[in-house]
Amino acid sequence: MEIGLGHYLTVSAIIFTLGVLGIFLNRKNVIIILMSIEMMLLAVNLNLVAFSTFLHDLVGQIFAMIILTVAAAEAAIGLAILVVYFRNRGSIRVEDINMMKG
Amino acid sequence: MILQGIAFYVFAALLVASGVMVISARNPVHSVLFLILAFFQAAGLCVLMGAEFIAMILVIVYVGAVAVLFLFVVMMLDINFRELRKGAMEALPLGALVGLILLAELAAVLGGWIVAPNVATVAGAPTPALDQVTNTHALGRLMYTQYVYLFQASGIVLLIAMIGAIVLTLRHRPGVRKQNVGAQISRRREDVVVIRKVPTGEGV
Repeated sequence: MEIGLGHYLTVSAIIFTLGVLGIFLNRKNVIIILMSIEMMLLAVNLNLVAFSTFLHDLVGQIFAMIILTVAAAEAAIGLAILVVYFRNRGSIRVEDINMMKG
Repeated sequence: MILQGIAFYVFAALLVASGVMVISARNPVHSVLFLILAFFQAAGLCVLMGAEFIAMILVIVYVGAVAVLFLFVVMMLDINFRELRKGAMEALPLGALVGLILLAELAAVLGGWIVAPNVATVAGAPTPALDQVTNTHALGRLMYTQYVYLFQASGIVLLIAMIGAIVLTLRHRPGVRKQNVGAQISRRREDVVVIRKVPTGEGV
């Protein structure tokens, strides 16, 4: 039962697909969409770490940390926009977000 | 080796299961909690792979900051989530189709993956032997030397995100009574206190 690179890549592929599926299933709920995006970024991170450790190259883990930073920034900005939007419109339905449509 | 396999399958199964629960839970609070569980499992997988520092950072950043932020927002906003769930099943066939296509493509790419035989010679930063340098130490050596610009750039990204979030959510509400420190300090006794002699039996 040797756990190799393929096992980890399979897990992260499944998680990435679940993230995509979550965006499709919860088209109306921005919060779940943001969570799905976080899950996809987690899958990418797992991929990077798996390649980094199995190829004995540390750069992948540096990349993973940079992605982590960007994910944290994205979550903060996304949720701030969400809070402001809810304050202005009283709803976060994706269909209602069309104010910038001329 | 057996133990490693068992640990991998436990972590992987829990990760996939909590990922499914994140996108299918009716209550978004449950979604966030399952997201936290998923992050913990991912950290476990990272430990299993030998990337301890990334694992700990995953727990600290994702669980400690991002997921708690999600939890705050979900609980703070008064949203009718039942109404938002409506029509989720209509999108299931299309979503499942896209998901299956994506999974098949990923399987095709990863299934045909062959690592080049000379990969060890082209590594950007070969991992030092674990008995000499720990993972955290090696990462620090790399990050603060070769990738210091990247490190600074990610710091700027975080700074901009912080300023952006504050600017977006800051609001000045009219009609809120606030303490005016300058006015309080510049008050003089003679401006506000008047002493009068009141004759006995007559009043002011």
